Amino acid sequence: MSLKIKDLPTEEYWLPGNPSCHGCPASLGLRLLTKALGPKTIVVIPACCSTIIQGAYPKTSAKFPILNIAFAASAAAASGIAETLEFKCKEDVNVVVWAGDGGTVDIGLQALSGAAERNENIIYVCYDNEAYMNTGIQRSGSTPYGAWTTTTVTGKKEHKKNLPLIMAAHRIPYVATASVAYPIDFIAKLRKASKIYGMKYIHLHSPCPTGWRFPSSKTVEIGRLAVLTGTWILYEVENGVFKLNPPSNTLIDKNRRKPVKNYIKMQGRFSHLTDEDIDELQIYVDEQWEIYLKLLSVGKIY
Amino acid sequence: MRIVLTGNHAVAYAALLSRVEVVAAYPITPQTQIVEKLAEFIEGGRLKARYIRVESEHSAMAAIIGASAAGARTFTATASHGLTYMNEMVFWAGNARLPIVMAIVCRALAPPWNIWTEHTDILAQRDTGWIQFFCEDNQEVLDTVIQAFRIAEDDRVLLPVMVGLDAFILSHTATPIDVPDQEDVDRFLPPRKPLPFILDVNNPLTHSNMTYPDQTMEFRYRLQKAMERARRVIVEVDEEYGRLTGRRYGGLLDCYKCEDADLGVIIMGSSAGDAKEAVDKLRDEGYKPGVVRIRVFRPFPKEELKEICGKFKAIAVIDRDLSPGLGGILHAETLASIYDLRSRPVVQNCIAGLGGRDIRVEDFKLIIKELYRGIEENIEIPPIRWIGVKGE
Repeated sequence: MSLKIKDLPTEEYWLPGNPSCHGCPASLGLRLLTKALGPKTIVVIPACCSTIIQGAYPKTSAKFPILNIAFAASAAAASGIAETLEFKCKEDVNVVVWAGDGGTVDIGLQALSGAAERNENIIYVCYDNEAYMNTGIQRSGSTPYGAWTTTTVTGKKEHKKNLPLIMAAHRIPYVATASVAYPIDFIAKLRKASKIYGMKYIHLHSPCPTGWRFPSSKTVEIGRLAVLTGTWILYEVENGVFKLNPPSNTLIDKNRRKPVKNYIKMQGRFSHLTDEDIDELQIYVDEQWEIYLKLLSVGKIY
Repeated sequence: MRIVLTGNHAVAYAALLSRVEVVAAYPITPQTQIVEKLAEFIEGGRLKARYIRVESEHSAMAAIIGASAAGARTFTATASHGLTYMNEMVFWAGNARLPIVMAIVCRALAPPWNIWTEHTDILAQRDTGWIQFFCEDNQEVLDTVIQAFRIAEDDRVLLPVMVGLDAFILSHTATPIDVPDQEDVDRFLPPRKPLPFILDVNNPLTHSNMTYPDQTMEFRYRLQKAMERARRVIVEVDEEYGRLTGRRYGGLLDCYKCEDADLGVIIMGSSAGDAKEAVDKLRDEGYKPGVVRIRVFRPFPKEELKEICGKFKAIAVIDRDLSPGLGGILHAETLASIYDLRSRPVVQNCIAGLGGRDIRVEDFKLIIKELYRGIEENIEIPPIRWIGVKGE
C-alpha cells in the first residue's frame, strides 16, 4: 500500500481535549476517519460513547457537521441526509454513520438492514468495542464468548454476532473489516468506500481499555494482537469479491497465527477464564478461519 | 379544479401541490393510500422528489429528520401502531424544531385489533412538541396540509405539524374537493428557506448534542414560546389562505352557531359534521345549542375556548379517545381551560365512537336534550357518559 501516515492531512478535524477516556479507540478512529475523508463529510451519531466525547452544547470537539440521533435510527437518518444531498445535487459530500456495536448489531440492525437493502449512498462505520460501553460495560450481541461485562458477570455464554457477513448477505457494493490498530488499512478502506456509490459498511475493531480492563497505553497493542492471533480478521468484500488484507492474508496457515491465549491474557475481562474456556475460544477462531478460507476459495461470493 | 377525492388522496394532492422534496414512509391501514399515491406521483414524474421506502415507521421519521436537517421539505404519513412505533422519533423531531409535516389517519390501537377511527393514537403524541390539527372534512384535509407547511416553516414557529383525519370516515370516503391551482399554492407557499441550522459542510455545526441541566430547560422554554407564537401564525395563515381560496376554518377553533348559543358541544374531527346537523335540528325545535370544533389541539386554544365557553350554561365534551383512569382527554383540557371563568358551565364528558363506532346525529340530539333537561329540571347531570356502550 502506497499510503503513508505522513501523507495524511496535518489539519485536525477531530479536536484534542475532548472528554474521551485515555486510550479511547473511538476518539482514535474518528480522528482517522475525518483525516481520511476530509471536511466534506457529514457524520450521523446515534447514542454511543461518541455522543458524549463530541462534547456538550454549546461546545463540540468536531470541525465537521454532526447529526445526533436516537439509538436505533442512525442508518435511516443518514438515508434521509444522503437522499436530500442527491436531490440537491451535492454528491461530493460523504454521509457517514459512526455508531457503536450496540447501535449497529443490536438495536440499530433493522434500520441498517433497511438502508443496506435500499443501497443508500452512505458509509456506515461500526466502531466495535464489544459491549455497551457508554452505559457502563453491558454485554452486546458483539461481546465475545467468555467476556465479563456488568450483565454477564460470570462471562458471556454466546459467541459474537458476525455482522460484516450479515452485511455481505445484503449484497451491498462494499463490506470491510478494519482495526484502529491498523490505521493505514482503515484509511485506505474509507477512501475506497468514498469513491463507491451505494451502501458501504466498515466494521472497525476497537479495543476499549475501560471496558476490557487493560492499561490505556495498550489499545493499539491489543488491537494488533487481535489480528495477529486471528481473532479479528481483516478483509474486504468489493462487489462480492472476498479478499483478505494484510496482515491477515499472511495468516492463512494456522501455524503463523499467534495463540489466542496471548490476546486473552492481556485483558481483565477474560481474567476468570479457565483453560477450557480459552480452548473454546481458540477452537472458535480456528473454525471461523475455515469459513473465511472457503469464502476466499469461492472468490466472488455474490 | 373540482375533483372527487378521498381524504387519503386529498392528503397526497396537498403534498404534491406543496412540492415536497423528500418523502419517507411505511404502509399502514388506513393510511396506505396516501403513500401509494405519492409513490405514483413521484415515479410518474409529476412530483420531483425522493421517496425513501423505509422498513418501519421509526425509520420513516428518522429518515425525514435527516432530510429535514439537511434542508429538504419533508412529508410522511402514518396511523395508530405506526405512530406509536414512531413515538421516539416524533419527540426527536419536535425537540429538534424541524418543520416536518405528517398526516395521521386516526385509528384505534390494539388489542383488540381494530382499524377504525379513534383519536387516542394522535392524542398520545400531544407532548411531543408538534402542532396538531384535526380536520372535519376532506376539503379541510387538503387545505390544512398545505397550510401546515407554511406554519411549520414560519421563522416564528419552526415546529413540525401533524394533520389528523379520521380513519375511513374521511380517509376512504370520496367527496368533491376544490383543488387549488399550482401557481396559487406556489405564491402561498414559497420554497423552504434555508435555516441557520442546516447540515452544511461549509458551516459545520452539531445537531442535537448533549446538554447539561443548566441548558436543557432553555430549549424547552423556547419550544413553549414557539408554540405560543404559533397560535397567531395559524390564524394569520388561515386568513391568508382564505383570501386565496375563499375557504377559512376559524384558525384554532371552528365555532358553529355559537353567537346566541346557550349550550355547547365541544368536539374534534369528522363527527363535528353530525353534531352540527343535530344542532340545526334542535334549533328547529326551539333549542339554542352551538358546536365548538377544536381544530388545533396543540397549541391548545385555551383563551379562545374559555371566552366562548363563558357564554354557555352547559357543555358536552365529546371524546373519541380515552385516557384510562381519567376519562376523555379533550374533556380534561377543556376543564383546565375554563377553570378561571367566574361562572363555569356544567360540563359533561361523553366518551363516544371508540374503535370506529358510529356517533349518529340522534346520539348528539339526545346528549344535548338531556343536558337541557338536566339544567331546566335541576336534575343532577352525570359527569361522564359512555355513549351507546353495551352492558353499562
